[in-house]
Amino acid sequence: MEIFNHNSNIHFLRIRKFSIGIAVLLMVASIALLATRSLNYGLDFTGGVRIGVTYDKAVSTEDVRTALTTGGIDNAVVQSVGGTREVDIRFQPKDDKKYAGPEGKAPNLDLIANDVAKALQASRPDAKIGSRDYVGPQVGEQLRSDGVTAAIFVIIGIGIYLWIRFERRFAIAALATEVHDVLVTLGVISLVQREFDLTVLASVLAVIGYSINDKVVVFDRIRELFRSSRKADPEEILNRSINSTLSRTIITSLFTSIAMAALFFFGGPSVHGFAITMLIGILIGTLSSIFVASPILLWLGVSKKDLMPVTKENPELARRP
Amino acid sequence: MSDFPRWRYYLVAVVLVLGILYALPNLYKPLQAVQVSAAQSGATLDPTVQQKITTALQAAKIPYVNESLKHDTSRGDYVLIGFDNGDLQKNAADALKTALGDSYTIAFNLESTVPSWLTAIGGRPMPLGLDLQGGVRFLMAVDQDDVIDKQENRYTQDITSLLKDKKVPFVSVARNAVRGQGVIVVLNSAADRATASDAIATEFTDLAVTDGTNTGDRYVLNAVLKPDKLRDLQTNAIRQNLSTLGNRINALGVSEPVIQKQGEDHISVELAGVQDPAEAKKVIGATATLEYVAGIGDLRDPAVQDAARTGNIPPDAHLYYGTEGQPYLVSKNIIASGDELVDASSGTDPQSGTPSVNVSLNSAGAAKMLDFTSNNVGKPMAVVYVETTTDTKIVDGKEVRTPKTTYKVINYATIQGVFSNKFQTTGLGTAKAASELALMLKGGSLAARMDIVQEGVIGPSLGQDNIDKGLKAVLLGLGLVLIAAAIYYKLFGLVADVALFFNLVILVAVMSLIGVTLTMPGIAGIVLTLGMAIDANVLICERVREELRNGSTPLAAIRAGYEKAWATILDANVTHLIAALALTTMGSGPIKGFGVTLLIGILTSMFTSVTVTHAITALIHGGRKLKTLSV
Repeated sequence: MEIFNHNSNIHFLRIRKFSIGIAVLLMVASIALLATRSLNYGLDFTGGVRIGVTYDKAVSTEDVRTALTTGGIDNAVVQSVGGTREVDIRFQPKDDKKYAGPEGKAPNLDLIANDVAKALQASRPDAKIGSRDYVGPQVGEQLRSDGVTAAIFVIIGIGIYLWIRFERRFAIAALATEVHDVLVTLGVISLVQREFDLTVLASVLAVIGYSINDKVVVFDRIRELFRSSRKADPEEILNRSINSTLSRTIITSLFTSIAMAALFFFGGPSVHGFAITMLIGILIGTLSSIFVASPILLWLGVSKKDLMPVTKENPELARRP
Repeated sequence: MSDFPRWRYYLVAVVLVLGILYALPNLYKPLQAVQVSAAQSGATLDPTVQQKITTALQAAKIPYVNESLKHDTSRGDYVLIGFDNGDLQKNAADALKTALGDSYTIAFNLESTVPSWLTAIGGRPMPLGLDLQGGVRFLMAVDQDDVIDKQENRYTQDITSLLKDKKVPFVSVARNAVRGQGVIVVLNSAADRATASDAIATEFTDLAVTDGTNTGDRYVLNAVLKPDKLRDLQTNAIRQNLSTLGNRINALGVSEPVIQKQGEDHISVELAGVQDPAEAKKVIGATATLEYVAGIGDLRDPAVQDAARTGNIPPDAHLYYGTEGQPYLVSKNIIASGDELVDASSGTDPQSGTPSVNVSLNSAGAAKMLDFTSNNVGKPMAVVYVETTTDTKIVDGKEVRTPKTTYKVINYATIQGVFSNKFQTTGLGTAKAASELALMLKGGSLAARMDIVQEGVIGPSLGQDNIDKGLKAVLLGLGLVLIAAAIYYKLFGLVADVALFFNLVILVAVMSLIGVTLTMPGIAGIVLTLGMAIDANVLICERVREELRNGSTPLAAIRAGYEKAWATILDANVTHLIAALALTTMGSGPIKGFGVTLLIGILTSMFTSVTVTHAITALIHGGRKLKTLSV
């Protein structure tokens, strides 16, 4: 079975000004979004108390909120997770005089959980506390800097590898596209205000790994075609590379997306964020592999000469007439 | 057949068989079990205890699957009783708690049902993370300022006594008001300063000594801890806290606690099966240390009674209270502190036959103890238990921490002779009192204060729920990719499917062998690996199709397809490996679990999607004349 015509020769590079323009636009929009709306940081980053409650029968977040207020717990954020029977209750104990108690750094989680259970069971006896977490305020700061360090480490590490295996221009093009992918993925998460927790951070880092995979496959073909063709017009070679790897690029994305969709629909709320971020990242990474990476490479002025395997010049030959 | 050497077939076969063997233990569901161990050194575990356990369970009508006495050199003996479900386990634990009393610790555990022949070859299931089996998790920050405080206070004292010893006159020795800036020594003349500087530099090699600015006839000397020494001290503080925590938690009787360093100065503790964090927090959260000080007087001394009544305490003394509220006056000078204590154990004094505690100190503590006891035989010495809790208040949106310290005299005894690194405390009344004192002495040696910065409780039903959902996601993700590949690439797709299935098997086998803890993010990593592992096969199949279109014969197309795809697969996977490696270096638990899974998955997928598929393809197509390929 074939979905794509193997003789396809879509001129992707002809629209390079347009496609790069859109990419830059998306990046600027993402930066603006991140600057103005920021990310909806989860408990891992903001700190606070989270209590997971499961009900035997469906419940609305409005009812939960009312029950909490009646029970004397104000300032709580109630979110439904994975269907109608599970809710997350989050709040900052420092906003609540009762719990900001003086004993030790961490608030008394047992006391809070007890009160919440009492408040909820007053109206709905089928409410059960499934999990409870407390995260101190300094943990998030550490995480954020760890995450940024890891991302920079990944990008630089990959850059060095590509520089050695390919050529400087390939490394730069890959990195530029990589930054684009991460920024736009974060931008989309910020736009829909999806909760940004630890698993989403892991997912964003995995997106880097996934999308670089895509670019390397195209670059590999570019290198191969440059080396094998006698008359090498860069634009034509780049275009041919994109076209001949097009089927693979899209099929792999499709397969990975299928797996991630399974995770999204069946893996439960704890991996929702991970799966959805991965799906967004796969889409963006695939598009940028086709429309963004190669135009950058072309502008950087890649040529056949840069890619020929380095052959040692033979002094014997040079001396001969 | 020629393009696929025979030895590689054997390699593939051996790896597949090993993969199946070592992945197998994960299919055996462990039993919910209750673990009984001796709580104190006095209580022993023997068949009579087993008898008691079975009687208690029969009396409570709780059916159990099996019950056995296990020997473990590191943790001591324990009895493990397996049950069919968590409810029985809970009931049994309650029944046993009342039947056995305080001498035994009852904890939840899991009992492996892996057959013995698999265990014999080293097969074991992946340990499950807290999110999959329920439990309590703490993250603690080690207070590095406390390390500096302790060192600077210590050196202030040590320099004072050194200068007194060497008879160097000085105006003052005091800590710099700024933490980390060391000790300031003020002397009378430049000559004194030179002598003092030399003396300090020779005696305390860990200090960097520099001259400060002089004002009038005040000659200033700054002694600061060398930076590399400070780093050493901070690493050691974390190491010591880790082992102290380990001891304390072992005393709790929790089965298989995970206590590890996280990042620069954090310690994470995971207690699987524990549902009530209060008890654990009490043990973990208490930051206690010890001080050996000279005793000045106890309750019988009228001066002490006077001080307790009026609050007029002599300037060189502290008024502390004992465990039963009796007052003591003790000296302000500390002889030795908790971090200098190496070991403490309870026993019986051979001379009097009364319970006693044997204490050993490290060399620094021993020297000071020898020094002190040489001059003070017949005089009293007190052991003060210092417990610190931290109050946190929010003032103007900022956190203000005020440590609150309570002192308690846990032992007050007369020095019978000169001693240094090993000595005995006798006259403790009961054996229980002796063992309690020994535990307190040992448990008290935390090198630096710790604060709980993160805490989580995951219910056991939520854990089971996560396992079910995770398994469903893995199987469905795998199934869908298998179907899609078979439809799109026909026979080659089916071959890739076989390889993908073995990829899952080998991935699980390697994770089990290494002992990677399986968590929910880890499961997400497995699903992602499965989705991406097919990429190598997509590359190969696309190449083979291309070669066929270019007019190659089927066998040549297969050979060229694998050859040309390999370079691409390698480059793509190495870059991906770099990304996975970065994830594993991230300190935080869940991301690390995900990264490790991804890392192993990339490596196993390179083997299965290239070597295994090549072997199967060669087996199917080899030695036959082919007109077409099903790709």
